[in-house]
Amino acid sequence: MYPADYRYTKDHEWIKADGAVGTVGITDYAQAELGDVVFVELPKVGAQVKTGQSFGTVESVKAVSEIYSPVGGEVIETNGLLADSPEKINQDPHGVAWLVKIRLANPKEISALMDAAAYQSYIAEKAKEHSA
Amino acid sequence: MRYLPKSPSERQEMLDAIGARSVDQLFESIPEKFRFREPLPLPGPLSEMEIIQYFRERAAENSRGYTSFLGAGVYPHLRSVVTDALVQRGEFLTSYTPYQAEFAQGTLTAIFEFQTLMCQLTGQEVANASMYDGSTALTEAVLMAERLTGRRRVLVARSVHPEYRQVLATYAKNLGLAIEEVGFISSGQVDRAALTPAKLAEAAAVVIQSPNFFGVLEEVPAVAETAHAGGALLITTVTEAVSLGIVRPPAEADIVAMEGQALGITPSYGGPYVGVIATREKYVRQMPGRLAGQTTDAAGRRGFVLTLATREQHIRREKATSNICTNEALFALVATIQMCLLGKEGLRELAAQNLSKARFAQAELEKIPGVRRAFSAPAFNEFTLEFPRSVKLVNAALLREKIVGPYVLGTQYPELTKRALVCVTETTPRAEIERFAAALRKILETPI
Repeated sequence: MYPADYRYTKDHEWIKADGAVGTVGITDYAQAELGDVVFVELPKVGAQVKTGQSFGTVESVKAVSEIYSPVGGEVIETNGLLADSPEKINQDPHGVAWLVKIRLANPKEISALMDAAAYQSYIAEKAKEHSA
Repeated sequence: MRYLPKSPSERQEMLDAIGARSVDQLFESIPEKFRFREPLPLPGPLSEMEIIQYFRERAAENSRGYTSFLGAGVYPHLRSVVTDALVQRGEFLTSYTPYQAEFAQGTLTAIFEFQTLMCQLTGQEVANASMYDGSTALTEAVLMAERLTGRRRVLVARSVHPEYRQVLATYAKNLGLAIEEVGFISSGQVDRAALTPAKLAEAAAVVIQSPNFFGVLEEVPAVAETAHAGGALLITTVTEAVSLGIVRPPAEADIVAMEGQALGITPSYGGPYVGVIATREKYVRQMPGRLAGQTTDAAGRRGFVLTLATREQHIRREKATSNICTNEALFALVATIQMCLLGKEGLRELAAQNLSKARFAQAELEKIPGVRRAFSAPAFNEFTLEFPRSVKLVNAALLREKIVGPYVLGTQYPELTKRALVCVTETTPRAEIERFAAALRKILETPI
């Protein structure tokens, strides 16, 4: 479910590094919590983002959520597919429904994030809190 | 509104329920010096007969027999008794904006009808459930343009209502938004030549009003073309909604911010009124306030919901699209009923009457020596005249003849001294227009 070569944040974003470029999306857990996604607001190409800063929103039928950048850098590409097909976030959050590609200001930042195993125990913990 | 008295035992019961010993204990977090200790300085109670007598006397103090030629953003129009009877129904009169929205299908239906009518009237694709008034609608439109373009400057025509510009300036001051004024030309219209590519390249929007504050119609399509060529949006504000019964709607504008008072709401000393925001569908997510939408329920029946409410202040708090707006549901309902009673033909007929009475008044007044038209562009039910002497002095003399004179443009526009903004609506009888013209002629013939 959660690709082993991705890294994850506590705000439920994932990032996949490819050299100096990171691809960012929201996790399967996040899409399931949000419900049917109807609109995605993304930054402009060229925008500078900081670690932990909101760069856009994902709107579902029940909420509008901020997307926080897992890393700092420059937005070099946004996923045009989502303008017309925001539901792809529900269908394939770790694949075709990536949000932005960021040129990393500091590639080492990624190693500070959770790996798949850590993230899975993190959300398992969350689930326990919810049912408690 | 009902007064609900509380007996001492009921007060005690309520205090017990919340666990407070006394009313004083309940308010102890308010520092002593801010608490009001003396009894309220109110007159003693009156009997029913005395109360009726009191209000009869107050009502008799109202002035009678005056005719007004004052418009300038607020317009007297006839309102049907049907409208009064319907809006005073308790279901509408006492209900606040629905937070448990879908429970209030009647209110949502009325809001949906209002939105539909506003779209038809303004030539836009979506309209919201209403705003406070025209001035705040305009300000919200400017904030929308800022969000849509990411630009922090706006070019505002000087011919936009001065009070609207003041409201905008108040909001802009602490938001770091720069406002630049654009002048007018001899026709009374916005100076399009001043909308240079360099200025437009930095502007979120160009803001105009049509009919503008001087009463003249702007060439909305041409201004839109100029604004769009420079990458700016066009915001058009309308203060006299009845004009849209006969004037081409500002369909080329990206956002229309309108005052709905003219649609059956009495002047009432300046409010409350109802503001309108209408825009293109692609901008709907940046539109502030609430929006009623049509849908079907589980059984396939037609129903209404509050749509896009996820961006609103009661859900999104500090990240909401706007935290400084509300809807004026009751006044939106007044406008809706008024428009439905009039119908398409009725609204056109109403607008035609305003136009022809204003034309008649203008022709009569221009016959007076020394009185001339100030601006050359076409107008609706308001027009600007130049007098040979101070409009304030003329108005003082008119008032003695039981005529409330035109708006004194010089008070807000130092460059327009001796200019009078005259308003004539369907409520002004022809005989009164003639009486006004005769009185003005006599006043101007009398040496100062």
